[in-house]
Amino acid sequence: MKQTPKAVALISGGLDSLLAAKVIMDQGVHVEGLNFFTGFCVEGHTHAIRTTRTKSRQTAPRNNALWVAEQLGIKLHILDVIEDYKDVVLNPKHGYGKNLNPCVDCKTFMVNRAQTWGFMQDGGFDFVITGEVLGQRPKSQIREKLQVIATDSGAQDRLLRPLSAKHLEPTLPEREGWVDRNKLYDFHGRNRKPQIALAQSLGFSDWAQPAGGCCFLSDPEYSNRLGDMWRSRTTRDYSLDDIMLLKVGRHLRPSPNFKLLIGREEGENQYLEGYRKQFIHLRTTSHNGPLSLLDGTASADDLLLAARLVARYSQGKMAPSVDVSIHHPNGVNEALTVEPMSPQDIPKAWHV
Amino acid sequence: MSEAVLDVRNMLCPMPVIKTGERVADLPPGSELTIHATDPGTLHDVPAWCRVHGHTVLATEADGREITVRIRVET
Repeated sequence: MKQTPKAVALISGGLDSLLAAKVIMDQGVHVEGLNFFTGFCVEGHTHAIRTTRTKSRQTAPRNNALWVAEQLGIKLHILDVIEDYKDVVLNPKHGYGKNLNPCVDCKTFMVNRAQTWGFMQDGGFDFVITGEVLGQRPKSQIREKLQVIATDSGAQDRLLRPLSAKHLEPTLPEREGWVDRNKLYDFHGRNRKPQIALAQSLGFSDWAQPAGGCCFLSDPEYSNRLGDMWRSRTTRDYSLDDIMLLKVGRHLRPSPNFKLLIGREEGENQYLEGYRKQFIHLRTTSHNGPLSLLDGTASADDLLLAARLVARYSQGKMAPSVDVSIHHPNGVNEALTVEPMSPQDIPKAWHV
Repeated sequence: MSEAVLDVRNMLCPMPVIKTGERVADLPPGSELTIHATDPGTLHDVPAWCRVHGHTVLATEADGREITVRIRVET
């Protein structure tokens, strides 16, 4: 055993992972943070459109994982796991939660990656720590599932949950005396008060949303859009662009063969601009309006319908007619003059 | 010392930070790296990443959509 034990901490940017890392650091353990970019991270998506939610670059939201690392004074390694993470999303061994959130498999994946990453570093890391709290989440943080995560990840008893350690069997770091079990915690359940009290006692006065929710797969609307995409393509797969676009804009599917993505405001329109050459895209030319992408294939009748929908979300929505230009990826452009669709003619079921 | 350039334009955070980390890992101490980006988050996130890893931010610049961050790789 080396003189100073070393731990890899999973850092989401939320309060629990901050506290877990701090508690172990305070016991003299060298801690470095890991943060995984899966493509579904709220951080990444939020950043993707954050210019729309803020007035200036100076007030752009921080990256909470980096912010936590700065507060702790530790290195944070952010890893791109988009490709490898697909198997977690598409084939979760332990199934999904309420939405398309494969929480048990996700945590297992991340602990496994942290363990592997730690082994590969100079001198190696001795154990992995997470901010998991027993009973905090109904599917992934019950006792049985915590054990599944430890086993399936391969970390076994090198996985330490400092915030709930006293409710769990002593792990290797505790048995070996690398950390003092008496200085760990017995947090349990959904009550956040113990974490907040601990944060305050440790001198933290600012932290990200207490629940640390960091994944769009837990979001019902997002999951619905992902499911819709899979059904429309008759294949369960995705690219990074696919899953980023699911977060942006208003999505309407008038027909199984195509969907419209309509920017809701300037920032989203700018974001969609980056994709316009890959899709049929529509713009209103007689009135100000959003940029819209058409995902799928469309007949002439479909394009007419799409143009009427786009017109409905333009400033010409009350006008008798709106001019719409349609641009195809092959460079062919066409122009239509259409009557904007009235809201009552747009079935709720079209909204994805 | 060597000067390197990283083009992460049109990438969204945290990819500019990830790519910066990957590039820095291949550069010797003392090297300078110029990062060209378009995501406004780069102005915050790359300097924050440098602070936690002990690298030096030499300059940040924003010109319309174009963002440039110049850093020096430390030991």
